[in-house]
Amino acid sequence: MHIQEELSQRHVLSLTVSNEAGILARIAGLFTARGYNIDSLTVADITQDHGVSRITIVTNGPPKVIDQIIAQLDRLVPVHKVTDLTENGPFVERELALVKVAGTGEDRIEALRLADVFRAKVVDTTIESFIFEITGTTDKIDNFVGLMRQIGLVEVGRTGVVGLIRGKDAN
Amino acid sequence: MAEKSGADILVQCLVDLGVEVVFGYPGGAVLPIYDALYNHPTIKHVLVRHEQGATHMAEGYARSTGKPGVVLVTSGPGATNAVTGITDALMDSIPMVVITGQVPTQLIGTDAFQEADTIGITRHCTKHNYLVKSPAKLAEVVHEAFHIATTGRPGPVVVDIPKNVQIATAPYARPELKVHASYHPQTKADAAGIDAAVEMLAAAERPILYTGGGVINSGPQAAALLRELAALTGAPVTSTLMGLGAFPASSDQWLGMLGMHGTYEANWAMNQADLVLCVGARFDDRVTGRLDAFAPNSRKIHIDIDRSSINKIVDVDVAIVADVGSALDDIIALWKQRNHQKVDLTEWWSRIAGWRARKSLDYAENGVEIMPQRAIADLYSATKATGKDVIITTEVGQHQMWAAQHFGFDAPNKWLTSGGLGTMGYGFPAAIGAQMGNPDSLCICIAGDASVQMNIQELGTASQYRLPVKLFILNNEYMGMVRQWQELTYESRYSNSYSDSLPDFVKLGEAYGWTGIRIEGPADLEAGIRQMLETDGPVIVDCRVAKMSNCFPMIPSGAAHTDMLLDPSQVEGVMSDEAKALV
Ligand SMILES: Cc1ncc(C[n+]2csc(CCOP(=O)(O)OP(=O)(O)O)c2C)c(N)n1
Ligand SMILES: [Mg+2]
Repeated sequence: MHIQEELSQRHVLSLTVSNEAGILARIAGLFTARGYNIDSLTVADITQDHGVSRITIVTNGPPKVIDQIIAQLDRLVPVHKVTDLTENGPFVERELALVKVAGTGEDRIEALRLADVFRAKVVDTTIESFIFEITGTTDKIDNFVGLMRQIGLVEVGRTGVVGLIRGKDAN
Repeated sequence: MAEKSGADILVQCLVDLGVEVVFGYPGGAVLPIYDALYNHPTIKHVLVRHEQGATHMAEGYARSTGKPGVVLVTSGPGATNAVTGITDALMDSIPMVVITGQVPTQLIGTDAFQEADTIGITRHCTKHNYLVKSPAKLAEVVHEAFHIATTGRPGPVVVDIPKNVQIATAPYARPELKVHASYHPQTKADAAGIDAAVEMLAAAERPILYTGGGVINSGPQAAALLRELAALTGAPVTSTLMGLGAFPASSDQWLGMLGMHGTYEANWAMNQADLVLCVGARFDDRVTGRLDAFAPNSRKIHIDIDRSSINKIVDVDVAIVADVGSALDDIIALWKQRNHQKVDLTEWWSRIAGWRARKSLDYAENGVEIMPQRAIADLYSATKATGKDVIITTEVGQHQMWAAQHFGFDAPNKWLTSGGLGTMGYGFPAAIGAQMGNPDSLCICIAGDASVQMNIQELGTASQYRLPVKLFILNNEYMGMVRQWQELTYESRYSNSYSDSLPDFVKLGEAYGWTGIRIEGPADLEAGIRQMLETDGPVIVDCRVAKMSNCFPMIPSGAAHTDMLLDPSQVEGVMSDEAKALV
C-alpha cells in the first residue's frame, strides 16, 4: 500500500488576533495537530494599544482543506477575523530577504548588476561579500536567491509574507 | 473595596456561577483552594480516587443535567491525569471547566516540583485555556471560562492558577461578564438556509433526519422540536451514538442508530434517501462508512453550531450555522407559515418496512450462555418496569454498541457514552457524576470486563458519598471489540485481547462495601437484574455472557452502508491493506 497525496494550492491568509500569551502557539499548533502546511508565518502587533496582532500565513492545500483551515482558525477564541487574501480579490503581498553573497572579480560585478535589476539594496559589504536587502513577492525573491546561488550564495534570511487587500478599505 | 485572596475569589465566582458540585483531588498546588472550600455551605466537593475519574464524573454530571461539570486538580500529575477526560469532553462537546493548580509564577519554567506545562499540554484538547497570573484577573477569567464552556459548541476550558495567585489578594467585586471581542458563536440561522431547507423538505420523496449530539447539547427544547418536525414531515429518523434519546426509540418513525453498528434500515435509508437533514451531527467516519458511497443520490442540509463541521467531511447543499433548537424552531415556523403539508411517503415507508423485515438486530440464543444482547434487553425491560428515571452510561467496546442497539431511549440526557474519543474508563465515573446530579434517578453503567478496570478505583468514591450506582458488567473475558476486529482482519490471531487474571468482581465490590452479584447463566439473568434493582446501595454485577459473541450488523471500516455484515457467516477473516489502515 502507498499513501496518496492530493493536489494543493497556495493561499495567503491574513488573521487579526488578540495579542495575548500563547496565541502563536495556539495557531501554529492547530496547523500541526490537523496536519495543515505552513509555508511561512509572520506576526506583529498592529494597533496603538498593542491589543491586536496581524498574522499572515502562507499555506497550501486542496480547496476543501483551505476552507477547513479558515473555519478552524476562526473557531479559536482569540481570533477576530480570518481573510483568505488569495480568494478575496486583489491584494498586495511582500516579503523581505537579506541575501549574503561572497565572491570576487567578475562574480562580484555580476552580483551587483543583478541586484540592480531586482532593485535590491546593498546593506553591508566587505571586499569579498555583500548583503543585499530585497523586497518583493515570494517568487521574485526565489528568483533572486536562485541567481545568487550560481554566483556564491552564503546564506539567506527571509521574513515570510505580509499582505493586505488593495483599495481604501480595511478587511 | 475589600480585598480577597485568589482562592476566595475563585470560590466566590463558583458560587456566583451556581456551581453546586466540584469533582476533585487535592495536592500542594491547590491547597489554598481546598482551604477555601473547607466545610463550604453550598459547594459540595466530591473526592475522587484518580483525576481521570473526576473529569468523567464531571462529564456525566454535565451530560445528564445540562449544567457545566467542574473539576479541581493539582499541578503536574493532577493536571496530566485529567488530560484524557478533557480530550473526551472536547470530542463530545461537553461543557466542563477544569481548575488546575500551578507552581507559583516565579517558579514557572524552572522544572519546579510538580510543574507541568498544563497550558501547553491542554492547548489543543480544550476549547480554550488560561494561565492566570494575577488575582485581580481571576474573577473575569473564571466567568469567561464558564461562558465559553457552555455557549456555542460546548467544550472543556482549563483555568491554570499558580499557587501564589491563589494566596495573593486583590480588590474584589463581582465582575461584569467580559468576553473576548472575537468570541461570537452564531446561534441564529441565516434566513436563506432556513428557506431552502423548508422547500427541500416539502419536496422530498425520500427524506431522512440524521440527528446527533448537537440536539442533546441544544437542550430538551431542541429534542421536543425535533419530534415536532418529524411529526410535520413524517420523515424517518436515525441518530448517531451521541444523539440517542433526542428522538424516542418507541416512535414508529425511529429507525435506530446508523453507522458502523447501526441498523440495516437506518443505513439503507441513508443510502437511498433523496434528502438528508443532518441535525447537530458531524458526519463522523463511524457514521459515513466509505465516503464516496455515502447517501450518494441525496441532497444534504447540515445544521451545526460549529461552522468548521460544515463541509469538513461531506459536502452539503445547504449549510445552516446555528443552534439546533433555534434552527428547528425557524424551520417549523416557516413550514407552518407556508402551510406545507406532509408529502405522501407511503412508498418510502414501504421500502423501509422491507429493510426492517431483515431484523438486523436479531441474535441467536443457545440456552446455555447469556447472549449479551439478551442481557441488555432484559435490563431495559426491567428498568422500564421500575418507572424510575433511568440514566445509562457505558464503557467502550461491544457492550457499548449492544447497549446502543438494544436499550431504548425515549428522552434526551439519559444516555451517556464516550463517542468521539471512545475512552475506556469513561462509563463508571460518568455514572457516579450522573448520580451526583440526579440523586433520585437510577444510574446504571453498562461496562465491559476490560474497560471497567480502567477506573475501577472509583468504587471507593461511590461508597464514600453513598451513591447507589449500579455497575452492570457484561463479562465476556475478552476485550471483545478487539477480538472482533482480530477475527475480521487478522485471521483470529488474538494478540493480547484475552482478559487474563480478571479479579473476582463480586469480592472486589464487597471489599469496597458494595453489594456484589454474579449472574452465571440464562436462568439467573432475570433474578439477578431484579436483585440489582431492588438493592438500595451501590451494586456491582458480574454478568457472565457468551465469550465469543460479536456485534452485528457491522460496516467494516472503509465499506459502504450497503455492504453491511449481518452475521458471523459473512466474516472473511482477511482484509486488504487499504481497509486495514483505516481506524
Ligand atoms: C483507553 C482505551 N484504550 C484502548 C481502547 C481500544 N479498545 C476499544 S474497545 C476495547 C476492548 C474493550 O473490552 P471490554 O471493556 O471488555 O468490552 P467488550 O468489547 O468486551 O464488550 C479496547 C481495548 C480504548 N477504546 N480506550
Ligand atoms: Mg469484554
